[in-house]
Amino acid sequence: MENKILEVKDLNVKFSLRGKELHAIRNLSMEVYRGETLAIVGESGSGKSVLNKNFIGLLDGNGFISGGEILYHGLDRTEPLDLAKLKTEKEWMEIRGKQISMILQDPMTSLNPLKTVGAQIAEAIKIHQKLSGNDLKQAVIRLLEEVGIDDAPRRYGQYPHEFSGGMRQRVVIAIAIACQPQILICDEPTTALDVTIQAQILNLLKELKQKFYLTIIFITHDLGVVANVADRVAVMYAGDIVEVGLAEEVFYDPRHPYTWALLSSLPQLGVKGDELYSIKGTPPNLFEPVVGDAFARRNPQALEIDFVEEPPYFHISPTHKAKTWLLDPRAPKVERPRYIENIRGVGRR
Amino acid sequence: MKEKEVLLSVRNLDVNFGTKRKPFHAVKNVSFDIYKGETFGLVGESGSGKTTIGRAILRIHPASGGEILYKGERISGKISKEMDKKVVSEIQMIFQDPMSSLNERAKVNYIVSEGTYNTKKELSARQRQLLVDQALLDVGLLPEFSSRFPHEFSGGQRQRIGIARSLIMEPEFIVADEPISALDVSIRAQVLNLMSKLQKERGLTYLFIAHDLSVMRFISDRIAVISKGQLVELAESEDLFKNPLHPYTKALLSVVPQPDPESEKNKEILIYDPSQHDYSTDPPVWEEVAPGHFVLGNQKELEEYRKELEA
Repeated sequence: MENKILEVKDLNVKFSLRGKELHAIRNLSMEVYRGETLAIVGESGSGKSVLNKNFIGLLDGNGFISGGEILYHGLDRTEPLDLAKLKTEKEWMEIRGKQISMILQDPMTSLNPLKTVGAQIAEAIKIHQKLSGNDLKQAVIRLLEEVGIDDAPRRYGQYPHEFSGGMRQRVVIAIAIACQPQILICDEPTTALDVTIQAQILNLLKELKQKFYLTIIFITHDLGVVANVADRVAVMYAGDIVEVGLAEEVFYDPRHPYTWALLSSLPQLGVKGDELYSIKGTPPNLFEPVVGDAFARRNPQALEIDFVEEPPYFHISPTHKAKTWLLDPRAPKVERPRYIENIRGVGRR
Repeated sequence: MKEKEVLLSVRNLDVNFGTKRKPFHAVKNVSFDIYKGETFGLVGESGSGKTTIGRAILRIHPASGGEILYKGERISGKISKEMDKKVVSEIQMIFQDPMSSLNERAKVNYIVSEGTYNTKKELSARQRQLLVDQALLDVGLLPEFSSRFPHEFSGGQRQRIGIARSLIMEPEFIVADEPISALDVSIRAQVLNLMSKLQKERGLTYLFIAHDLSVMRFISDRIAVISKGQLVELAESEDLFKNPLHPYTKALLSVVPQPDPESEKNKEILIYDPSQHDYSTDPPVWEEVAPGHFVLGNQKELEEYRKELEA
């Protein structure tokens, strides 16, 4: 496998809320390899955004890292840097934007409506590079062209309201890649967009990834988008990654009951007239410690041990692992739902 | 196809915004029928006018031209008071965003029962409460919830409250405007199941508006595709997916995300270019090229579409 760019080891993130502690990220470990697209999927509240906010130091004020390491192996450093230890804004300025950058969900709210688009992109460049005057303007126009905006010199002086949703998202992407970051975190970048525009933005991200040799962490709950962009997929549930593997492995050979449930609830796989599979219950309350497998209470096929002890990772292949007792050699054989057996080829139906 | 009862009929509907002198045509010459008991899907990009059509049916936007018939009677333009009352209770709407469609400062009790204060004035508080309890039970919520505020509920539960609010009016026809777009994957399935259960139990008819064709295939009996205020194609769901004719439909189908990495990574995206039509001498017409399969095109294009269907 390629070399690691980001390594998360036993990360714990907590929030203090009304005198109680919410355990949002529970002992999570993961790796991101240089040049890959890793998709993180899960329902809302699973902690996927919280996890990624740690990578750029934007955790909300009442949140804190209570243990673990986030090792960043930048190209220009010999020693890995532990992002979990960074405290001051000054330290973060060296990382944020320059090394690791982020695109948010809603292009309508992530731009400043009072400033021209050109000025907003220039601002991002100025912080990290010594450019000014015409050089700066040219750099901005080049960036606008890079993200596929036609007539860039004219667009430079326009305000966000003169741009459509897809175009605004392109501007946000331009700001994110302005300082040639190594990692680009995309937090549901296409959820607010139309399907046709979504396809264009996904293609743009793929192009940019090739061109700038970016590593992309892609957060989404849309499994169709995941299938399109991801090299590897990590499935998150209640603050931990329950299954991770190559996209083909997770879609065609899923092992964790939660992954099964997510896949079977897709309307794309449903049979008309039949009821769709839906996950019963709600995710566990993270104010309380989670005992055993976090998904056990919602899993109709849960084993007894699921309620007692937390499963470790079981490896299915060198790249594919899942946290479920079903993979233990002593476990009874549980059939996965028939819906997802023929997922291969659903795109051609 | 069997002769089915037409519940709602939209004929040559135009909706214009802006001033008389400089109108903006949001919906142009749209015609379709919705049969009783079916789910009719309306798909298009944002700005295509799909929501405007839904709102025109509910009499929120006035029709600038054409007419809308409900059970054979005209409900667009000026109508009698009794007719208005009937439309208000029999046609209901479910909104997209459950976070913003509920009054934050009212209790569930009031939110759900609000419509009945207009149509069933004679009810006592007790009777009204019973109606609310029943509506909440119907959508899978507990009657105890009626004394709570919307912020105490999750997205899926809020959408259920939105559905309960329309059910209490005992509607026959529901306009669902992107009811699952703002919901999480796991909750989407629950809301879709609930909607189809209610349809079976009460014989409801849905106009389901969405931008996502993949969901449409699962829930709709027939699908209409709208682009820039005009319907470009209408067919039974499977027919539309198997034999799309209009280039815009093909383009939309090509971008539907599928949970299948192999086909996703090799898929070809078709881009629709409206300038590919030459309508200068031969204006397009809305025509049935095969039983139940309508498409917009000029004579030359229609000829090609027919050939394509035969092949």
